[in-house]
Amino acid sequence: MKAGLLRSAGRIRVVAWKELIQLRRDRLTIGMMVMLPILQLCLFGYAIDTDVRHMPTVVLDGDQTAASRDLARRMAATGYYDLVGRTDSYDDIGRAFRSNTARVALVVPPRFGADLTRGRPAQLQLLVDGSDPQTVASATNTAASLVATLAGEQTAGAAQRAGLPAPSGPPVSLELSVLYNPDLRTAVYIVPGLVGVILTLTMVMFTSMAIVRERERGTLEQLIVSPVKSVELVVGKILPYVVAGYVQMALILTAGAVIFDVTIVGDLRLLFLLASLFIAGNLALGLFFSTVAKTQQQAMQMSFFFLLPNILLSGFVFPWEGMPRFAQFLSQGLPLTHFLRIIRGVVLKGAVYGELHDEVVWLALILGALVTMTALRFRKKLG
Amino acid sequence: MTDDPDLIIETDRLSRRFGDLVAVRDVSLRVRRGEIYGVLGPNGAGKSTTIRMLCGILDPSGGQGRVVGYDIRRDAERIKERIGYMTQRFSLYEDLTVEENLTFYAGIYGVPRGKRRARVDEVIADTGLAPRRRQIAGTLSGGWKQRVALASSTIHKPPLLFLDEPTAGVDPVSRRAFWAEIHRLASGGTTVLLTTHYMDEAERCHRLAFIFRGHVLDDGTPDEVVARRHLAAAELEVDDAAGAAAALRRHDAVDEVEHYGHTLRVVTRDADPIALASQLLGPVKDARPSRVTVEDAFVSMVRAEENGNGQAVAAAGGAS
Repeated sequence: MKAGLLRSAGRIRVVAWKELIQLRRDRLTIGMMVMLPILQLCLFGYAIDTDVRHMPTVVLDGDQTAASRDLARRMAATGYYDLVGRTDSYDDIGRAFRSNTARVALVVPPRFGADLTRGRPAQLQLLVDGSDPQTVASATNTAASLVATLAGEQTAGAAQRAGLPAPSGPPVSLELSVLYNPDLRTAVYIVPGLVGVILTLTMVMFTSMAIVRERERGTLEQLIVSPVKSVELVVGKILPYVVAGYVQMALILTAGAVIFDVTIVGDLRLLFLLASLFIAGNLALGLFFSTVAKTQQQAMQMSFFFLLPNILLSGFVFPWEGMPRFAQFLSQGLPLTHFLRIIRGVVLKGAVYGELHDEVVWLALILGALVTMTALRFRKKLG
Repeated sequence: MTDDPDLIIETDRLSRRFGDLVAVRDVSLRVRRGEIYGVLGPNGAGKSTTIRMLCGILDPSGGQGRVVGYDIRRDAERIKERIGYMTQRFSLYEDLTVEENLTFYAGIYGVPRGKRRARVDEVIADTGLAPRRRQIAGTLSGGWKQRVALASSTIHKPPLLFLDEPTAGVDPVSRRAFWAEIHRLASGGTTVLLTTHYMDEAERCHRLAFIFRGHVLDDGTPDEVVARRHLAAAELEVDDAAGAAAALRRHDAVDEVEHYGHTLRVVTRDADPIALASQLLGPVKDARPSRVTVEDAFVSMVRAEENGNGQAVAAAGGAS
C-alpha cells in the first residue's frame, strides 16, 4: 500500500515536471497568464454606472416614533431600498455589511420625530457600503431627493400652520457616510473582482486545453497504455496550474496595492484558504470541458462561453442587486458570484469566516456537483 | 488456453463489438517469447482493436486472453507495466527535447529516480540518438521521431513490445534502420508484435497472422502461409499487355495479373503459370518464374474471402 502510494507520488511528480517544462516553453500561455491580469486591471479601471435598485437596507432606529417609521416606509417605497431588518447598534451594521446582508443603513437619531414636529433641524445618517461604488451613487442620490421632499413637506406644513412664509434653512438634513471605500474609487471595487475573473479563466481554459492537447496530439493514448492512473495524470497536470493561479492572485493583489492603493483589510490566510474551494470548482469544470471538447480550439471556445456569463452575472461589473430576479437565480450557480463576495468581504471589509459562511456553503455545493459530474465523465478506458 | 510458459500472448476466440459492428471476431493468437510477430490486414480489419484488447485498454466483448502471464480482463494494470506500446502517430511531446521525452516516460514506467539518467543514457547510446539528445522533438524528421518513439516505448525494458503500424509514412531508408532495430531488440529477448499493411515487412517477421474483416484468415511462418495457398507466379514479356491481361484474368486458375511496364506478372493457383500463358496467349516472347510473395498469398486469400469462399479458407487455415 505504502509502496503503491510512493509510486503514485513519483508518477504525479514526473507528470507535473513535464507540464512545467511545457508551460515554460509555451511563451504565449505564459504571456497570457501574466498580461491578462495587468491588461484587465487597466481596462476595467473605468466603471460602468448603472441604476441600482433593491439595495438591502437596515435601519438603526433610535427614535421609534411614527415619524421614523414613516421615513423608513417612504424609503422602501422608492424601490431603491429593500428593508431587510432593524439593528440595535453600529456594530450590527458593520456585521450586516461584511456578511453582505445589507449595503445601506439608515440611522435615525433619538428625538427625530420630536424635532420634526417642532420644526427644529433634524439629523439623519445614511451609511453605504462603498466597496461597490455603483451602489453608493444610487443610494445617495435617491436618499438625498427623498430627504429634500420630506423637508419640503415639513416646511410647508409648519409655515402653513403659522400662516408665515416657509423658512429658508433645511429643517431635515442628511449626513452621508460611505464605509470601506470612502473615495468611491473603481479600482477598489475592480481589483479583488479581477482575481476571481482571472482565476476562472486560468483554471478553466488552461487546464482544459492542457488535457485536450494530450488527446489531440495522441499522447493521451500513449499514457492510457502506460501504468499511470487517470487520477495521477489529472493531479500531476493541474498542480502547476493551481500554483499558477495562486501566483496570479498574489500578482493582482500586489499590483492593486502598489498601483491602485487597494489595501487589504482582512486576513489573507483566510482568503487563500477559501480560494482553494473556488479553484477546485473551476478545475473540475475545466476537466469536464476537457472530456467534452475534441480540440484545443473547442476547449477555448467553451471556456470563453463560460466566462461571459461569469463577467456579466457574478457582480464583477454590474451590481448583483441591480439584476433581474432570473439573472440573480442563474448567477447563484456560478462559483465566481460567491467567490467575489468572499474576496471583497475579506480584502475590503475585513470579513471573518462566520460572516462568509453562506458563500462558503454555496461554493462547497457547487464544487460537489461539478466533481460528481466530471468524475462520471472521466474514464480512463477507451471503450 | 494452455498456460504454456513459452507463450507470451495467448488468446482464445477474442471478440469485440461496437454496437452492431463486430470489429474483432474469434481471434485466437499464440505468440512465443522472442518472436517478431506480424499482424497483417487492410485498414479497418481489426488490427488496432486487437492490440488495444491485448494492452488491457479495451475490454473484450467475448473470449479471453493472457498477456505476459496476466489475464487481459482482470490484470490490465499489471500488463501495462510490462509492455511497450508505440503507434504510427509517434506520441511524443513535441515541445520537449528528446532527452526530456525519454526521462518522462522513464518516470511514468516507474524507472527509479536514481536510475533514470543512466537508463536514458543507455537507450540514447543504443539507438544512436546522441546527436539529437537536446533537440526539441517537434523539429525532428519522421525517421528520427520514430526512433525516439521506439526508444520511449522500450525505456523500461519491457519483455513485450506492441507496434501499431510503426512504419506508416516513414521513408525507405528509415524503415530499414527501424527493422534493424526491431531485430536487435528481438535478439536481446524482446517479443515484438506489430501490425502493418506493408507486405514486404511481413516477410521480415518470424510469424504472421492475416486479419480480414475482424477475423484471422491464416497464421504461421511466412513460408507456411505462402505454401498453403498453392500459388505459382511468372513474369511474361508481351506486346499487347492490356489484351493479354484481360485474357489471363478470365481463367479461373488465375489469381492476379499485375502490370510492370511491358511485363505482366501473373499469379495462378494450382496451375503452372507459364504453361497456362502459352495455352491462353500462344507463344510468349519471354517467360520466367517469379517468387511467390506473402502479398500474393494475402491478396489470394482476400479475393477468396470476398467471393464467398471464406469458410473454406478459414477451415483450411485452422486445420494446419
